[in-house]
Amino acid sequence: MSDMKIMVGVKRVIDYNVRVQVKSDGSGVVTDGVKMSINPFDEIALEEALRLKEAGKAAEVIAVSVGPSQAQEQLRTALAMGADRGILVTTAEQPQPLAVAKIFAALYAKEQPGLVILGKQAIDDDAGQVPQMLAGLLDVAQATNASKVELEGESARVTREIDTGIEVIEIRLPAVLSVDLRLNEPRYVKLPDIMKAKKKPIETIDAQALGVERLTFLRVIKTSTPPARQGGHKVGSVEELVQELKQRGFV
Amino acid sequence: MARVLVFGELGSKGLNSGVAKAVRCAMDLQPAALDVLCLVADESQEGIKQAARLQGVTKVLVRIHDAFAEPLAAVMGNALVEMAGDYTHILAANTTVGRDILPRVAARLGVQQISDIMRVESERVFDRPTYAGNAITTVEAPEGMVVVATVRTASYRAVPEEGDAVVEAQPFNVSPPSHTRFVERREAKGERPDLQTARKVVSGGRAVGSSENFQIIANLADRLGAAVGASRAAVDAGYAPNELQVGQTGKIIAPDLYVAIGISGAIQHLAGIKDAGTIVAINKDGEAPIFEIADLGLEGDLFKVIPELEKLLP
Ligand SMILES: Cc1cc2nc3c(=O)[nH]c(=O)nc-3n(C[C@H](O)[C@H](O)[C@H](O)COP(=O)(O)OP(=O)(O)OC[C@H]3O[C@@H](n4cnc5c(N)ncnc54)[C@H](O)[C@@H]3O)c2cc1C
Ligand SMILES: Nc1ncnc2c1ncn2[C@@H]1O[C@H](COP(=O)(O)O)[C@@H](O)[C@H]1O
Repeated sequence: MSDMKIMVGVKRVIDYNVRVQVKSDGSGVVTDGVKMSINPFDEIALEEALRLKEAGKAAEVIAVSVGPSQAQEQLRTALAMGADRGILVTTAEQPQPLAVAKIFAALYAKEQPGLVILGKQAIDDDAGQVPQMLAGLLDVAQATNASKVELEGESARVTREIDTGIEVIEIRLPAVLSVDLRLNEPRYVKLPDIMKAKKKPIETIDAQALGVERLTFLRVIKTSTPPARQGGHKVGSVEELVQELKQRGFV
Repeated sequence: MARVLVFGELGSKGLNSGVAKAVRCAMDLQPAALDVLCLVADESQEGIKQAARLQGVTKVLVRIHDAFAEPLAAVMGNALVEMAGDYTHILAANTTVGRDILPRVAARLGVQQISDIMRVESERVFDRPTYAGNAITTVEAPEGMVVVATVRTASYRAVPEEGDAVVEAQPFNVSPPSHTRFVERREAKGERPDLQTARKVVSGGRAVGSSENFQIIANLADRLGAAVGASRAAVDAGYAPNELQVGQTGKIIAPDLYVAIGISGAIQHLAGIKDAGTIVAINKDGEAPIFEIADLGLEGDLFKVIPELEKLLP
């Protein structure tokens, strides 16, 4: 399927290095002046799509972001990495995973990609749902937590990270993949690529135009700070450590 | 009144340890019925009896079909969707299997899943962690819709095996999709305690330096009767297998004792050990962030500290 399209999710999230702070009124977390980035798993998803294209197994890589208009920035980065075009689906509020999955399903119907590659989780909501939901809505194969993808014509052999080790499954396309950390190492963006990316197209569509009206299903009552762990103390020597462990009944 | 269906995940070692924890979470809903569903190809599995012994369980439903030999999300998901009509809540432990299947079920039922319940406030209101556990979000599920949720196992103790529930087994009709085929599974064998349930865990980080050196961590774990864990950096570098990764995107654990050796204490790692009892950190950098949360810290070179430690252990 060398004329295959691959659709990739690119979520705008608070950068993984930021120490997230909960707002004192419980209405969410502080985002003003906070560094935003592509969800790390989505960079891995994009990298995988780009490699498949470079190997002649796909023709076009489409980066999709659902959210505020500022997600343009993350789409530009995705284009600089090598995606061919971007789609920004704008929403009035932060959509919950089911709405995102419905939006991807609507785009799937328009674009007919052979593969949709998403991250195994977004590091803000830590939901880990959109890929499986999308596969369910489309009634196609899913392979989550992929650490190796071997695409051969109409099927893919996917190695998955599971709690007890490694699992290998074979899926027939079209399919949805979710990627794990060890699938690949995403490339760095080079300056000339940033310039080139400025010329690549980003199409903006409103979620409603895709027929997705409802964006949230769960009511968020409040966001709070978890009880902080009290740090303890340092010991001066291995003897002291063993002493303390004995006192606590661990040895 | 709540009627809860808990997914009774079975593996090569019987009933998954997360099921007894998901049942504890289900009990907090004060359900009128609490059924465990085991989907099997072979009804002689030991794990079924184990599920029937879990305290609080009303009934163990065993559904039999050859296609259930492996936990493929599409196959098992369809079975769960078919059974959803009788329940107000469908829960699964947040294992890789539960996380694979449940969102698919939720989407097909047209509901938003709740991931990683850490506290039940009422039948419809739940706390769950976000931002690597740095925020807790309280959410309310809509009235009149089934609640589909995974349970954060580190937040719940297993219910004891003191019950004696009815087991109701029957063949089940599913049409397995042709788009997915199981090929193989490679699981670590060994005598060590399981990372997810162990009372003590010893973890190594990037500083360990090689897979040969990782044996030092494993040996110390054996001396303490502990399970072995690892940071992402150690797994990425190939010092330890992926199933040992502790953290936001690895395993979230709550042992009584956690010993972090040569691990800096990145937010994503700490997300996996927030509920540990006592955290011990051994690190040669006195400024490493792990010391901010460690109950006991020891500044030093792991290659000197561990041999000394082993000498002094009883
Ligand atoms: C999306 C995402 C998800 C992630 N998920 C996870 C996750 O689930 N789990 C996880 O662990 N990480 C995760 N990470 C990675 C995380 O951010 C850190 O990079 C990682 O935890 C670092 O591992 P480390 O502490 O072993 O290595 P380092 O940060 O390199 O720390 C090594 C430590 O060893 C100490 N040291 C060096 N030599 C010695 C010696 N001889 N004796 C004693 N101490 C020594 C150093 O002082 C240092 O503190 C994730 C990152 C991202 C972006
Ligand atoms: N708003 C979004 N825009 C684009 N992709 C998304 C969005 N939300 C989720 N995804 C994709 O779905 C994956 C899993 O997200 P989640 O289910 O929210 O944890 C992410 O890694 C993305 O690939």
